Amino acid sequence: MDLTKIVSLALSAGIFFFVLWLVRERRLREKYAILWLCTSVFVILLTASRRLLEVAALSVGIYYPPSLLFLVGVLFLMAVAIGQSVTLSRLSESNHNLAQEMALLRKKLEDMEGQVKAKVEVEK
Amino acid sequence: MKILAVIPAYNEAGNIRAVIEDLKSFRGDILVVNDGSTDNTAEIARGMGAHVVSHPFNLGIGGTVQTGLKYAFENGYDMAIQFDGDGQHRGDQIFKIVELVERGEADLVIGSRTLPGGYKMGFARFIGSRMFHLLIRVLSGHAVEDPTSGFRCYGKKTIRLFSRFYTDDYPEVESIVTAARSGLRLVEVPVLMRGRLSGNSSITRRKSAYYMLKVTLAMVVDAMRGRDLIEES
Repeated sequence: MDLTKIVSLALSAGIFFFVLWLVRERRLREKYAILWLCTSVFVILLTASRRLLEVAALSVGIYYPPSLLFLVGVLFLMAVAIGQSVTLSRLSESNHNLAQEMALLRKKLEDMEGQVKAKVEVEK
Repeated sequence: MKILAVIPAYNEAGNIRAVIEDLKSFRGDILVVNDGSTDNTAEIARGMGAHVVSHPFNLGIGGTVQTGLKYAFENGYDMAIQFDGDGQHRGDQIFKIVELVERGEADLVIGSRTLPGGYKMGFARFIGSRMFHLLIRVLSGHAVEDPTSGFRCYGKKTIRLFSRFYTDDYPEVESIVTAARSGLRLVEVPVLMRGRLSGNSSITRRKSAYYMLKVTLAMVVDAMRGRDLIEES
């Protein structure tokens, strides 16, 4: 086993366990963890067996196997980034609605408090 | 007919008193929507007897107007007018935008500065305004001379539609297309406006490129939806 292989194996294993740890600490939801775990497993497999990478690369017509790694990596990151943008949009939408709802409810509460106060005054 | 004046306000402590005073002959309720101001805009408005709804943080002009319309919707108002908190709009012009909605002849009336009874705008603003004019015309078939005007009157149907669909930033132009494509009757009437009392325009030169792009994209995508928003709201 050469040094590159050891380093990249260690790196992907590190990521794998880091993600597991994040989930365990409840700092990352399982929903998002799955994607990251799958990637690290994927990278581990490809590094463990050079043969696998070569076969995969050649079968899609890529003659320099490592570029398959880059391609997959870039595509994966793009998918994650778009997914995050979608989540962000959804969250800001709900944030927006919550803020409005909260403001309107507070107004309603203030009005009701005023009415109750006025009623108490009258009864006195 | 129950009518509500919605005043969107963000740090308008210097203007809000004059704005509310300008509305003293207005025969409806006044609602100041305080968009997370850090000054005492809300206290001043409350002290003058206006209703005040305060956002917990800044949402931007679109979200602020929308909160006002949601309030109007929940409290059963038949009409709402939008009256800016910076003093540009004039209380004595309100009757012009209210009339058609009150008679049931329009669902959305826009008080326009460029129709006879004018207003001078800078060159960049003029170009932007013409581009929006063209886009709106292509996408909705309406010729709106002053699409960025925020001096508006909303009928009941429009209140319902916008309390569901109204964008956060730079909503004026986009909302015209939303309304028109939902089959609402849109009318533009000439009004007089003032120069602002204090503060600066929210649209700086740097932001205006983003403004154009964002609004254009939003309108084109909106046109691609082609669904019945009235039903959905």
